[in-house]
Amino acid sequence: MVKLEVQSLVVQYGNRVAINGISFCLNSGEVLAVIGPNGAGKTSLLRALSGIQPAFSGQMLLNGQDLAQLSPIERARSMAVVPQARQLPSMFTGYQTVMLGRTPHINWLGRTRYQDEEAVQQAMQRTGTLELADRRVDELSGGEQQRLLLARALAQGSPLLLLDEPTTHLDLHYQINLMDSIRSLANDDGLAVLLVTHDLHLVAQYAHRVALLVKGEILSQGSSKQVLTPELLSQAYQIPPDAVNLAVLGL
Amino acid sequence: MRHLPRPYLFNLILLGVALSLSIAVGSVWIAPADVWLWLSRQGGETAGIILMQLRLPRTLLMAITGAALAGSGAAYQGLFRNPLADPYLMGVAAGGGLGAVIAMSIRWPYTLAGLMAVPLAAFIGALSSALLVYQLARRQGGTSTASLILAGVAISSFATALTSFLMLNATGELRRALTWMMGGATLSGWLPIMAALPYIALGLGTLFTLGHALNVLQFGEEQAQQLGLPVARVRRLVVIAATLATAAAVSFAGVIGFVGLIVPHLVRLAWGPDYRHLLPLAAIGGASLLLLADVIARILLAPQEIPVGIITALLGAPFFLWVLRRSKRGE
Repeated sequence: MVKLEVQSLVVQYGNRVAINGISFCLNSGEVLAVIGPNGAGKTSLLRALSGIQPAFSGQMLLNGQDLAQLSPIERARSMAVVPQARQLPSMFTGYQTVMLGRTPHINWLGRTRYQDEEAVQQAMQRTGTLELADRRVDELSGGEQQRLLLARALAQGSPLLLLDEPTTHLDLHYQINLMDSIRSLANDDGLAVLLVTHDLHLVAQYAHRVALLVKGEILSQGSSKQVLTPELLSQAYQIPPDAVNLAVLGL
Repeated sequence: MRHLPRPYLFNLILLGVALSLSIAVGSVWIAPADVWLWLSRQGGETAGIILMQLRLPRTLLMAITGAALAGSGAAYQGLFRNPLADPYLMGVAAGGGLGAVIAMSIRWPYTLAGLMAVPLAAFIGALSSALLVYQLARRQGGTSTASLILAGVAISSFATALTSFLMLNATGELRRALTWMMGGATLSGWLPIMAALPYIALGLGTLFTLGHALNVLQFGEEQAQQLGLPVARVRRLVVIAATLATAAAVSFAGVIGFVGLIVPHLVRLAWGPDYRHLLPLAAIGGASLLLLADVIARILLAPQEIPVGIITALLGAPFFLWVLRRSKRGE
C-alpha cells in the first residue's frame, strides 16, 4: 500500500513560479490523471516529485515520509518514472534498457541476479516488448521506445508510477493497449499511478480521478465526470464551450 | 552478457601479440621463446641487460600508458555522452603535461618518491583542464561537440605554449626530462613504471566499478537520477579517476594523442556499448594499440626512433574525422 500526499507544493525556477501551492492525494489502486494546457506546470510537478527539481516550499509525503529526505536509491525504489521517449542512447538493446530499471536493486558493479532477470522478463511480457529484447533502441519506433520505457519502470518494482505523456507517440491500438495495462496495474497490482497527459479522451475512459492544472494551480479535481465539463475545460484551455464538446466529448 | 568471453579472448590474444612484438623488436631481435633464456641468464650478459633495462620496462610503460589513455577516453565519452571526448582532444593530456613539467622544472627528482610526486602535479593540471572543458561544453542532455573540441583546442594550445616556454629555459636535467615528456627519448629502468602504476591502477580500477553507472548515465542525468543513481557523486568519481589515470600516463610517456578516441570506438562498434565490458576491453585494447604503435615507431626509421605520439596521430587524425562525420550524421 502506498499513499502520496502533496501539500501546498510550490516549485520555482528562479523567480518564475511553475507550481503555485497545489495539494492532492494519490492512493494505491488509483490512476490520477493530471491535465492542463501547455505551461500549466505538469512537467514541473513530475520533476519535483521525482527529485529533479527541489520544491521551493510545501511538502511531498510518501506514506508519511518526506520525499525530500530520500536518497536517490530509496526514491527510485518507491517511485518509477516513465519519461517521454526521445533521444534514447544509440546501440543499447531493448533488454539492456529494461535491465537498467533494476538499478536501485543491484550493486554498483551492475552484476544482475536471478530475480533481476525475472523482473525484467515479467515487465517485458507485460508490456509486449519481449520481441524487442535484442533490437537496438535507437532504431525502434517512438511507440516501441515508449513501451520499453514503461517496461523499464515496471522492472523497477516501485509502488508509485509517474508517467509523462506516455501515449504521445502511440497509434490508437497501442494507446488503448497501454491505457489498459496502466489501468490493470492500478486495479490488479495495486500501483498508484500519476499520469500527465493531453489526451482527454483517454482520461475520461481510464482515470479514476482527474486534476486540472492551470497556471500552476489546481482549478478542479475529482472524477472525470466532475472535471471534464465544458465549463471548466473552456475556462482552462480558453476555448468556447462548443469547441470543448466537439473536441472532447465528440458531440 | 551473451558475448562475454569472446571479446576478452580476442583482446587478450591481441595484447599477447603486441607484448611479444614489443619485447622482440629493436636493435637486437629477442624472440619470445628466448625471453626465458635471457631471464635465466643463459643468453648472455648484454642481452639480459637489454631485456631487463630497456625492452621490458619500455614495453610495460607503453602497455599501462595505452590502457590508461583508452580506459579514461572511454570513461570521458560515457560521462560527456559524446563520442569525441578524448583526453588528448579535450586538452586534459596537455594540461597534465604542463603540470608535470612545472613539477620537474622546480626540481627534477630522479628517485621513486620524487617521480611519484610528478603525477600529482600532472593531476592538478589535468583536472583543471577537464573541469574547464566540462563547464564550457556542457548542455542539456550531453555535451556540444563543437564546444568540446574548441575548448580542448584552446586549453591544449595554452598548456603546450607554457610547456614550450618552460622548455626553452630548461637546462641540464630538466631538458632531459622534457624531451622525454614530449614522447621522444626512451627512459630506461623501472622507476617510471613503479611511479605510474599505482595511480593508473587506482584510476582504472575505480573506473571498472563504474560501468553500470555509466550505462545508466547514457539516458541523461535526469533519467539516471530517477533510476536511483547518485549522479553528482558518480560524475565526480568518473572525472577524478579518468583524469588521474591520464595524468599518470602523461607524466611518464608524454602527451600521446588519439588512443583514447580510437580504441573505445572500435570496441563499441565490435562488442556494443555496455560500459561494464567496454571499460576493461578498451584498457586491454589501448595497451595493445600503443604497443603496436611503439613498435612501428621503432622500426619505421630504424635505427632512429620516432616519437610514438606521431604514429598515434597519423592513425588517429583520420579516424577522428571519420567519427566526426558519423556523429554529425547522428545528431
